[in-house]
This record gives sequence, structure tokens and C-alpha cells, in this order.
Amino acid sequence: MNVLSFLSLGQTALELGLICSLTVLALFLSYSMLNVCDLSTDGCFTLGAAVGAVVAISGHPYLAIPAAMAAGICSGLITAVLQTRMGIDSLLAGIIVNTGLYSINIAIMDGSSLLNMNKTETVFTKAKALLEGTVFAEQYRLLVALIAVAATVAILTVFLNTRLGLAIRATGDNPDMVRSSSINPVFTTTVGLCVANAFTGLSGCLLAQSQKSVSIDIGTGMVTVALASLLIGQVLMGRGSILKRAIGMVVGAFAFRLVYTIALRLNMPAFMLKLVSSVIVILAIATPYLKRQMPVLRRRLAARKGGR
Amino acid sequence: MLDISHISKTFHPGTVDEKLALNDLSLHLAPGDFVTIIGSNGAGKSTLFNAICGSFLTDSGAIVLDGEDVTFAPEYRRARQIGRLFQDPMRGSAPHMTIEENLALAAGSRGWFSHVGKKEKQLFRDRLSLLDMGLEDRMRQPVGLLSGGQRQALTLMMATFHPPKLLLLDEHTAALDPATAEKVLRITRETVAKDRITTLMVTHNMRQALELGNRTIMMDSGRIVLDVAGEERENMSVDDLLDRFRIGAGKTLDNDRMLLT
Repeated sequence: MNVLSFLSLGQTALELGLICSLTVLALFLSYSMLNVCDLSTDGCFTLGAAVGAVVAISGHPYLAIPAAMAAGICSGLITAVLQTRMGIDSLLAGIIVNTGLYSINIAIMDGSSLLNMNKTETVFTKAKALLEGTVFAEQYRLLVALIAVAATVAILTVFLNTRLGLAIRATGDNPDMVRSSSINPVFTTTVGLCVANAFTGLSGCLLAQSQKSVSIDIGTGMVTVALASLLIGQVLMGRGSILKRAIGMVVGAFAFRLVYTIALRLNMPAFMLKLVSSVIVILAIATPYLKRQMPVLRRRLAARKGGR
Repeated sequence: MLDISHISKTFHPGTVDEKLALNDLSLHLAPGDFVTIIGSNGAGKSTLFNAICGSFLTDSGAIVLDGEDVTFAPEYRRARQIGRLFQDPMRGSAPHMTIEENLALAAGSRGWFSHVGKKEKQLFRDRLSLLDMGLEDRMRQPVGLLSGGQRQALTLMMATFHPPKLLLLDEHTAALDPATAEKVLRITRETVAKDRITTLMVTHNMRQALELGNRTIMMDSGRIVLDVAGEERENMSVDDLLDRFRIGAGKTLDNDRMLLT
């Protein structure tokens, strides 16, 4: 592998990592802050991609972005209503919405499971035209992704330090406390899920526009991939301020993509991505638990050997 | 300040676990009242607090707080006017958020999108230093690092940051070691006195029940069996109190955690 191809590998990983880090930031809000594992993420990602693609194809590449985010908010609102107002368990609520979104997504894509945007103007082609002739001409995709991620990290950091953000964090951190305080947990959970899903929708929209196509399974397994990135980011950055942890999410997403891209180069077949992300999630969550169990196991082994 | 009239609550009606937890209970508190509550096991002390806070809807009766009927108001809406502390010091604050962030939540009265400013941070420092626990220098540490007593003192400060119309203390010093409990109790006394907060305090310490506040009630089987205040209370000993309970409830006080001295 020469230096040049390594650099281009790194750039691909960086682009994909940045775009997908928006979903990781969404999970950072719902999973780490609100303590809700939002399993509608896959469907919502595809929803953002489909809505973004359809709006872009109809000739509005910029409008595609708010439209995808609005679609994400709607999806998050439904997930939130199911779990806060209708007594449906939060995991189940996510799965139900995810299943329903499959039909909705195909309906949005006008009955087809694949949309092609080869001749469509997207925010990426706009940026490419804009940067024509400058030194950044080759990096237009990277720049768009970078701007989106920087804006999202900034907004999320400011948001989580407002009173509403603090209330959302408290809802996930100590439900007992929130229940007996003047914070309405129904409200904070709803707002949190809406904002998180807006980011997921944005993430899907950007991925679709950057790869110039949407298929119905573009979001499949996204929640596991994002969770793996989130856990990697947590390990790499550790605890600290919200800003530091949010940046950790982006770093985690990049690290995950980098490892994956290198593995592809070493002839790992592309379809292995999802298994790898599953294994990473299992390891990251199970390791601390197994570590705690070790002393007990060791004692049992010793007892068996020594006959007590 | 607080008017409870004829509230009743039966848990698990129609099953073998049916329990009449509140039995046609009425209670009236004047503004600035500091009432201590004692009672036997399962007398309904915590249930009474839960009813006032709105953890559940009562089966009958009405609860009026400062002229406003809150009988059907949701829990979070009542919580704006009611401060509450539990026995478990872990219940009142968010462990992974800093002291400053916890206080910001309790203090925040401006809009949802407001930030904590410099002025507010200084105010937090000043208030924390009154606790005399060194917390003012640890504002950026997560609350999970504090001891039980420190957390309870912080919770008390959060609950009374804006003086509530009613303060409910549910054995809030029972889980602390004696020295810390004494300290938290001193802070409680000072806070309540400073803003003349109407307070209900459950305790299992009989002498504390007579020493603190201006009125003592005793509960049994979901009813108030004894209500003493004023001169009568001042001249009362723990033994008198036990005697009066026996007459009121028709049985001796049975609470395995009760401190009689």
C-alpha cells in the first residue's frame, strides 16, 4: 500500500465517518444522555435519506436538508408519544416505528426501493461547483461533511447546557429526582428524541447525497454501527465536559470507519461490516461486566481445585 | 397554606392485598407551620406525602395548596410549589451532573433556553458556603462523588432555592451517621426559619419530634390519632406522647425503628 492510496483511504474513512458521526451524536443524546435506546434509528436514517433524495431530485438540494431533519423530528415525535403517552416500552416503541417506517420509506421513494441521483444536483455538487479552481476542489465532500458536523456539535453542546438540556440530562441520569421535581419527564423525553432524530435524518440525507443513491436498506444496522462508534468514542475520550464528549463521538465514528476501511483493504468482504460492529458493541458493553465477574470466577476455580 | 380534607386511598382494591392506606384524613396547616409527624409502621406517613405531591390520585377528598385546588394537578406541576426530600440521599440529585448543573436546574426560573451566567454561579457559591461543607470549591465535580450527607444538604438547598410553599421531609436524616444527621438537621432548621417555610417532617426520633417545630401529629392506620401544639406540646415528655398515642390509636406504638429517647 503506497502513501497516496493510504491517504485516499483515510479521506474516504473521514468523509463517511463524519457523515455517520451525526447519527452517533443523535445516539449520544438519546442513549447516553436520555438513557433511551432508540431502535427506530435505522428507519429514521433511511427516512432522512429518502426524503432528502426525493426533495433533491425535485430540484431543491438545499431544501432537502431541513426537509430530512423535519422528517426525523416527526419520526422521533411518534417514538416519544408511543413510549410516554401510550405505555409502550421504549425498546418496543423504537422497533414498531422502525418497522412502520419501512413501508413509509418505500412510499416516499414512490414504490421503488432504489433511487438514483446521478444527474441530480445535491449540496455536494453545489459545493463542488463553488470550490472549482481552489485548492479545496478535491475535498468538497469532506468540507460539506465537516461543516455539518461542526455545526451539529456546536448546537448540541450549547443545547445540552441550556436549562432544557440540563433537564433532559437529569431525566436520563436520575428519573426518581425528575419525577419529584418540576420537570415534566414526558416533555423532556419528547424533546430529546425529536432533536436526536433530526440529527439522524440529517445524517441519512447527507449520506444519500454524497453517494448519489438511496436504497431501502441504506440505514440497516445503523444503530449498531453508531453504538459501536459511540462506545469507541467514549473509550478514546473518557469523561469530561459535554463538548469534549461530543467531539469524542466524532472521533469514535472516524476511528470505527478507519479500522473498517483498512480491514476492507486487507480483503475483508464488505458484507462483514455489520458483524464487526455487532462484535464491537458486545465487547464494549460486556467487558466491564465480565471484569466485575472475574473475582467470583477465579474464586470458584480455586475452590474447585483446592476442594473448597 | 395546606388544606387536606377527607382524603382516602385504598391500594389494590378487591384483591387479597387490599390496604386502606389513607382513611378519611383531614389536615390543615397555617402558613409557617413546622409540623413533625410520627407513627407506627405502615401508618401512612409516606403515603400522605405521596398524595400531597401527586404520585397517585386519591380516591376521594380534596387537597388545596395556598388557595389552589391541586387535587387533580399532575406531579410535576405541584412540584413547582412543593420541595421534597427522601430518606435516600441518592434520590434528590443527578449523580453524573456537576453540583453547578444540579443547582442550575433547581434555580432556573428563566426560559428553557437560558444559560447559567456568572452572577448565578456567584450566587451558588455564596449559598453553598453557607452549608459549611466545602462544596463551594467543588462546583464542577459530579454530584456522585459527594457523601450521603453532602448530597442531602445539597438536595435541601435545591429544594428550597426558591422557597417552596410547602416542604416535605421524609425522614431525610435517617440514612446519615449521627454527626452528619445533626448537621443536616441544623441546616434544615435554619433554612425553614429563614424563609418561614411551611414544613411537614416525618421522623422516627420521638424527642426530635417534640423539640423541632411548633406542632406534632401522630398517625396510625391512615388516620391522624393525635395532634398537639402550643403549651400542651411544650410541657410534653416522650412518655406523655406514648400514652396519648395509646389512647388515640387504641394500641401501643409499634415502630421497629422508633427512638424513644
